[in-house]
Amino acid sequence: MHTCLRKVTCMNNDTIAAIATGLSAAGISIIRISGPDSFSIASKIFRNGNSSEPIADHIAEWESHTVHYGFIVDGPEVIDEVMLLYLKAPRTFTKEDTIEIDCHGGIVVTKRILSLVLANGARLAEPGEFTKRAFLNGRIDLSQAEAVMELIGAKNDLAVKNSVKQLRGTLRDRILSLRKQLLTDVATIEASLDQPEYYSLEGFAEKLSESVRAEQEEILKMLHSADNGRLIKEGIETVILGKPNVGKSSLMNALIGEDRAIVTEIAGTTRDTLSEEIRLNGITLLIVDTAGIRNTPDPVEKIGVTRAHEKAVDADLILYVADASVLLDDVDREILKAYAGKKMLAVLNKTDLMKAPVGAEHLTEKDIVPAACTSERDVRELLSDCGCEAEIVSVSAKEGTGLTELEEKISGMFFAGNLRADDEAVITSERHKECLRSAYDSLGKVLTSIEAGLPEDFYSIDLMGAYEALSRIVGEEVDEDLINRIFEQFCLGK
Amino acid sequence: MNSVIPDFTCDSYDVAVIGAGHAGCEAALAAARLGCETICFMVSTDTIAMMPCNPNIGGTSKGHLVKEVDALGGEMGRNIDKAFIQSKMLNRSKGPAVHSLRAQADKQKYSNCMRKVMESTDHLTLKQAEVSELLYETADDGTKTVTGVKTVSGGIYPCKAVILCSGVYLNARCIFGEVSTYTGPNGTPRATHLTDSLIAAGIEMYRFKTGTPARIDRRTIDFSVMEEQKGDEPIVPFSFTNTPEDLAREQALCYLTYTNEETHKIIRANLDRSPLFSGDIKGSGPRYCPSIEDKVVKFPEKDRHQVFIEPEGEYTNEMYLSGMSSSLPEEVQIAMYRSVKGLEHAKIVRNAYAIEYDCINPMQLYPTLECRKIKGFFSAGQSNGSSGYEEAAAQGIIAGINAARKVQGKEGIVLDRSQAYIGVLIDDLVTKETHEPYRMMTSRAEYRLLLRQDNADLRLTEIGHEVGLIDEERYQKFLKKKQAIEDELERLSLVVLGASVTVCETLKALGTSEIHTATSLLELLRRPELDYESLAVLDPDRVPLPADVIEQVVINIRYEGYIERQMQQVEHFKKLENRKIPEDFDYDAVPSIRIEARQKLKLFRPVNVGQASRISGVSPADISVLLVMLERVLKENGHAEEEKQQ
Repeated sequence: MHTCLRKVTCMNNDTIAAIATGLSAAGISIIRISGPDSFSIASKIFRNGNSSEPIADHIAEWESHTVHYGFIVDGPEVIDEVMLLYLKAPRTFTKEDTIEIDCHGGIVVTKRILSLVLANGARLAEPGEFTKRAFLNGRIDLSQAEAVMELIGAKNDLAVKNSVKQLRGTLRDRILSLRKQLLTDVATIEASLDQPEYYSLEGFAEKLSESVRAEQEEILKMLHSADNGRLIKEGIETVILGKPNVGKSSLMNALIGEDRAIVTEIAGTTRDTLSEEIRLNGITLLIVDTAGIRNTPDPVEKIGVTRAHEKAVDADLILYVADASVLLDDVDREILKAYAGKKMLAVLNKTDLMKAPVGAEHLTEKDIVPAACTSERDVRELLSDCGCEAEIVSVSAKEGTGLTELEEKISGMFFAGNLRADDEAVITSERHKECLRSAYDSLGKVLTSIEAGLPEDFYSIDLMGAYEALSRIVGEEVDEDLINRIFEQFCLGK
Repeated sequence: MNSVIPDFTCDSYDVAVIGAGHAGCEAALAAARLGCETICFMVSTDTIAMMPCNPNIGGTSKGHLVKEVDALGGEMGRNIDKAFIQSKMLNRSKGPAVHSLRAQADKQKYSNCMRKVMESTDHLTLKQAEVSELLYETADDGTKTVTGVKTVSGGIYPCKAVILCSGVYLNARCIFGEVSTYTGPNGTPRATHLTDSLIAAGIEMYRFKTGTPARIDRRTIDFSVMEEQKGDEPIVPFSFTNTPEDLAREQALCYLTYTNEETHKIIRANLDRSPLFSGDIKGSGPRYCPSIEDKVVKFPEKDRHQVFIEPEGEYTNEMYLSGMSSSLPEEVQIAMYRSVKGLEHAKIVRNAYAIEYDCINPMQLYPTLECRKIKGFFSAGQSNGSSGYEEAAAQGIIAGINAARKVQGKEGIVLDRSQAYIGVLIDDLVTKETHEPYRMMTSRAEYRLLLRQDNADLRLTEIGHEVGLIDEERYQKFLKKKQAIEDELERLSLVVLGASVTVCETLKALGTSEIHTATSLLELLRRPELDYESLAVLDPDRVPLPADVIEQVVINIRYEGYIERQMQQVEHFKKLENRKIPEDFDYDAVPSIRIEARQKLKLFRPVNVGQASRISGVSPADISVLLVMLERVLKENGHAEEEKQQ
């Protein structure tokens, strides 16, 4: 049932909203709202600079193309100080009533405002939807539209991929198991409708109402984690890369401030990748520790090395770690060559080993550095040989020196605009929430039907609605699922 | 033997129908009734409307199809009303959307009645002959158009449209155990030439498989150890033209028994001799009507399976064993059936067997059931990869109507998914890839609350009348019913009761809570504890209405919320359904549609955006892009039109 509805692209003139600028920690972010409800949504969340109440209905009387100073509020809470652009149809990009909210930016605030707009009745815009409306409403010509539509296909695929990729592993499993339960329940109902003489539904409603309640509970929990930003992985994916035993895990531990990654002196200890989120001067980093890269016959370690490469390819930032106490070699050269062109910082670790021993403090560093060791200059030469552009930071993960400099370098890159947070992630998170809410509501309708004593075939309508909403989160098609499940699970025969 | 058979030209026709099964009969009747000179070919006139498998018509979702065929002016409903020996409304305890009518048929009577109708229909010629070739001409631009058919004996029948309704007859092979017989169902002759001709014409063919259980001599069954299955009183007719009183008759009994561990042991011990498992059968079988050996293998945890024992008719002793189709060797069948309670002494009249046959890939068809590759060539029923008498009849009437309209230069009729199960059936067949015989199920209909068996006449009589298959008398009767429903709904909303002591007392006596403000009868009817009958005491001005009118009134009131929700979904659905895609639309000119989607769209050439969105592999983003491009085409054409006018 309903298998076809999913693909129906919304052609209603409902109201859509999205973040119109890329997300960055600094600067201004713009949230754009377009459609018939734009003004009423704005009126519920915008408060004029000198007023203590939301503007309510006055908004209809405003003059078009005016800028208003004020605050975005969620009930009594002030979220941000903003400039609000008020644009009446048809002299707008989409030829629809449009509101633009220029806020102070920052990922958290921008997300909050977008969430608020959506909660007040807007729908999250599909990729390219503003342009599509502009075209369909005759605002822009075809060549302009075509250029954007070109992107839509690719971008939408990416969004689906991201949707799945960014979902945390455990959450994905929970959603999959919820889906499975829902489909089983629908299949049970449908099989008995199809073969009433073979399958009875006696006592099913009571069982169903119990499990639907539990499912709602579960979805509420997920929505709660979504509000706390824990639904998906966000932040700058920062991959620590290097040969074995150069101290990658120690560096990760030093950055996250706890002994999360296992540190030993045996080369090749980290056989898989580990990841952890840290907050750094207001930026979220998703730090990934990887297995040391070398040619190894050990099949398990080999898998780790492959994973490390996979992670590095997708990384927003690579922290390339070298050991100051040993020489750089061909393996370093190979790795660096492979990632030339990626955003990178070189970390020269284990500088503690280079320090003068106790009692020889009067000697300069130059005096005691053994010939076999690596200096920042060596690293710089290799980097330029390999075509990598990266600053170098010397640290001792063990003693915690140089870490502040490293952190400043990373946030510097971000604020200089050299690193971008994944703004897709925010969009994805909103989409997930929309789907979870819709699944929750559908399950509520199932309960209403059960309580009203309606026959079982009414339950499957909304159970399937919930199933489809959850399927959108994990990026699964639902077309033939139900029919397949009925046949798998029930023995229908003649 | 290879001597050349000389060709000779016979009479010309508008429409030729190949086959006289359930699809063929409806197709031929529809075409002839719409005024086309029609010829219907069959391998034997004794096989007209034959029921080679289960002895019933209708059932879950299939009953809906029969009622829809009837509303369009088809024959199946009227015919089963004549020939049924037991009638039952399934799912009565469930919602009205899934109530499904099923009738046990006297197979011989069913076939005879249909034959009589066929023989007495004007413009319809019956011909016992095997069609061996589809004749067509190819234009310079490569377009093929049907010109006629040729029979095995060399007869050429020129015609403007051909409808393939070959059922399971094309290169049929019946198999049980190590035995293969090269016949159609029930030992009838098969058709061995047409497949090659279709392939030569560029049609892609599939090979499917289905099966049937054994028939047992009634005298050898011990019914005393089985559960009796009775029919309904009063019965609900399939056809709008009949009333329950018209059809009152003595009803036959069916019986229920079960397989057991012993049965399953026998099956397991002989699995290697089943052609399904030995690999002898290569055709794809349906998952929904598995053989008993399939069930035992697939559901090892079930210690018993139901077996319904149903009479084949009043003319015979033979009993059908529903739930135990098989292709095991004969001696295994005997042991297996005799292990079932009550069948210990059973004598098999006809063995169970599996049957393999050729059919076409239905994705080659437009939703009108005309083939994309050959103009004027239509196909309906099992030759389209469906299964079931009802599915066949449903396609048959649509193909018949559209072949006639083609001949008459009219646009084809397409029912969409929101109008009828027939629409769901045909849309699924022509848009979704199928690798097994397709059976209708209520879960396939997304708007099933609207597509009820009780309102099939309200949904489709108008269309049947417009097409020309519903006569004026019946149409007037239908309009009267429709009006009566509307009037009664209005009346119930206008009769308002005050919260007087008498009213409240009466309500309490009826087992429901009292009212506090003035309340209409319509509002009261929403309460699940009240029904139309019980409200009579509060509704003294009520005039008696027919049961089918009351039924519609009550359903409309009681399920209003749900019905409205589905109607909104339908509105949404229609928007994409109404966005037609020009037949020559150049998908290659739309680079932003992904390659996979573009290939599928080029291959299946959907007729509208709705259909395009249902093709697997076409994403919502592709649909967005498509919509924008269509808008462009529309605008450009609009400009062209304007320029022309200037």
